[in-house]
Amino acid sequence: MSLVVPTMAEMMAKGEAPEYLFWVGCSGSFDDRAKKITKALVKILNETKVSFAVLGTEESCTGDPAKRAGNEFTFQMQAMMNIQVLDGYEVKKIVTACPHCFNTLKNEYPELGGNYDVIHHTQLIQELINQGKLTLKGGGTFKGKKITFHDPCYLGRANDVYEAPRALIEKLDAELVEMKRCKTNGLCCGAGGAQMFKEAEKGNKEINVERTEEALETSANIIATGCPFCNTMMTDGVKNFEKEDSVEVLDVAELIANAAEL
Amino acid sequence: MGQIIFAVLLAAGLGFFAWNVRKVRSNILLGRDVDRSDNKKERWKTMLLVAFGQQKMFARPIPALLHFAIYAAFVITQIELIEIFVDGLSGQHRIFRSSLGGFYTFMISFIEILSVAALIATVTFLARRNLLKVPRFNMKEMNGWPKMDGNMILFMEIVLVTCIFTMNGADEAAHKQLMGSSDPYYGFTISSLISPMFEGMSLESLHTLERIGWWGHIIMVFAFLNYLPYSKHFHIVLAFPNTYYSNLEKKGRFTNMESVTNEVKLMMDPTADPFAAPPEGAPEPQRFGAKDVTDLTWKNLLDSYTCTECGRCTSSCPANLTGKLLSPRKIMMDTRDRLVEVGDNKRKHGADYDDGKSLLGDYITEEELWACTSCNACVQECPVNIDPLSIIVDLRRYLVMEESKVPSELTGMLTNIENNGAPWQFSPTDRLNWANED
Ligand code: SF4
Ligand code: SF4
Repeated sequence: MSLVVPTMAEMMAKGEAPEYLFWVGCSGSFDDRAKKITKALVKILNETKVSFAVLGTEESCTGDPAKRAGNEFTFQMQAMMNIQVLDGYEVKKIVTACPHCFNTLKNEYPELGGNYDVIHHTQLIQELINQGKLTLKGGGTFKGKKITFHDPCYLGRANDVYEAPRALIEKLDAELVEMKRCKTNGLCCGAGGAQMFKEAEKGNKEINVERTEEALETSANIIATGCPFCNTMMTDGVKNFEKEDSVEVLDVAELIANAAEL
Repeated sequence: MGQIIFAVLLAAGLGFFAWNVRKVRSNILLGRDVDRSDNKKERWKTMLLVAFGQQKMFARPIPALLHFAIYAAFVITQIELIEIFVDGLSGQHRIFRSSLGGFYTFMISFIEILSVAALIATVTFLARRNLLKVPRFNMKEMNGWPKMDGNMILFMEIVLVTCIFTMNGADEAAHKQLMGSSDPYYGFTISSLISPMFEGMSLESLHTLERIGWWGHIIMVFAFLNYLPYSKHFHIVLAFPNTYYSNLEKKGRFTNMESVTNEVKLMMDPTADPFAAPPEGAPEPQRFGAKDVTDLTWKNLLDSYTCTECGRCTSSCPANLTGKLLSPRKIMMDTRDRLVEVGDNKRKHGADYDDGKSLLGDYITEEELWACTSCNACVQECPVNIDPLSIIVDLRRYLVMEESKVPSELTGMLTNIENNGAPWQFSPTDRLNWANED
């Protein structure tokens, strides 16, 4: 099945306005692993006939890593440029698969004049399933498997979204197992606050190794998450323990797309 | 004679406390302004739950219960303290007893039982701090004064409770001798168990013993009161305003820098004159971010005085857990230490005095700041709603925007964002390529 990915510009040319803007984000656009998550989400959107469009080449970094690194100038330049584009298309609702984009668009753009209704993709998928628009045929290939969910900091503690991703995992034919530190106590993967883009300071362990160790202790077969950065960090962590043959790191959107046989 | 000594002690104790509180207040007001006057209902609710109800403590139930015992005993004892004050000033002994009757016995008994619970909790806490070696009480930043402070207050607590029981026990025994069988007991639950120990003593020595307990108690109360402003135990007062003024926004939302917004708007406005002089009388531009405590907000500074040094933040910090230098508790302790220093300097040498030191550099190093993942675990954990992350971010802002001191990999990331709209070196024209790949 080929993906249908309309852009805002195309929609506008046809005089149409989609319900959602899908904010893909830099990871989702450029990182090979994260692109798979992007495509899984598009498959779900296509299947459920959600009216959406992307900005395509008009999208630019939200400025999140610049703001976390302390460079408010770069952040605000990015934000104001993006707000101009978004307002140009009269965007009202935004869905994104990146908790960092989600947080920035939702919480930090309003003060600069950008007011949108922003939701995380796990929240949208939950809504689609609840409305009966998406059915999980047979629950996918997860029978007898254990799945643990790693809370992304910018989804969980930063925005109090803990239930949507878990509700989705519980719909699968699998067992959800929690790590020792989960939900409000969840341990960071180590990527936030612009750490993704630099080496860690001197210490005695990498944060993603510490977190992966905890995930492996649950003897889960799948580590699920809802953030492209967490995905990278946990994948590296699993490699560090040479467990990549027995433990997969997957985004909740990928799990659902799989279960819906998309 | 006793009444005069008491009155002098009372005046001195309260006076010195008031003087210290004013000092702390003026120190806190050295911070920049931030508006926390909105949403009063939500604020009261937060204060009731988090400070009064100690909601966040109960994430760790055992220490929470023990701590609650000390807290409850402390609050309820204030009733008995009123009586002691009246006694001290007027010489009237146990004035509430005749008017309250049976309820009085119940009340004092209740206080006594809570005091025993508090005593047990105190001894447990001392053991936990000194014998069990709980890691969060034994980190580097706890060496010296902070460690002593923690033990001292627990020790004072023990002395205090011992004094109360000496007082009530001796009083009970004396009462029995005096009144005989007509009214043999006060009947306070715990001290009636203690009083048999004093049975063989003369009335006079019982009275002396009672006074020793009484004076011991009241001296400890004044000592405690005036020790507070120098100690982490100030949290018993400041937890209330600090939770009231909590950040009620989503934790992921970092503050917007208004001053930057103005400049960015100018840059993006094609009609603006970039060389225009600032309007007459415009306030001097503030430094971007924070270099010293005076660049932080008053809420950050109130946070620092409220910190209980419990280390819950640090024990959940991913950077600290993996051996990095960063400890959010140390960030708070450094802020307070530096604030006390700056405040003292200003009082001694005048408001413009500069000692050449600053929070950033002399107290907190760049290495600590760059280890933070902005995960908000410290903010989540703090039982009194302190926000170490906002201090870390403001110090980073100063480093980056005023001094251009950025780790080199981050410079690359920032340049990429500015040049091609992504933190990596990809061309913006390739942004939609994923849609056509398989
Ligand atoms: S926000 Fe920073 S200081 Fe606080 S717990 Fe996370 S890494 Fe540590
Ligand atoms: S900031 Fe909060 S959690 Fe950290 S030591 Fe102080 S009181 Fe405890």
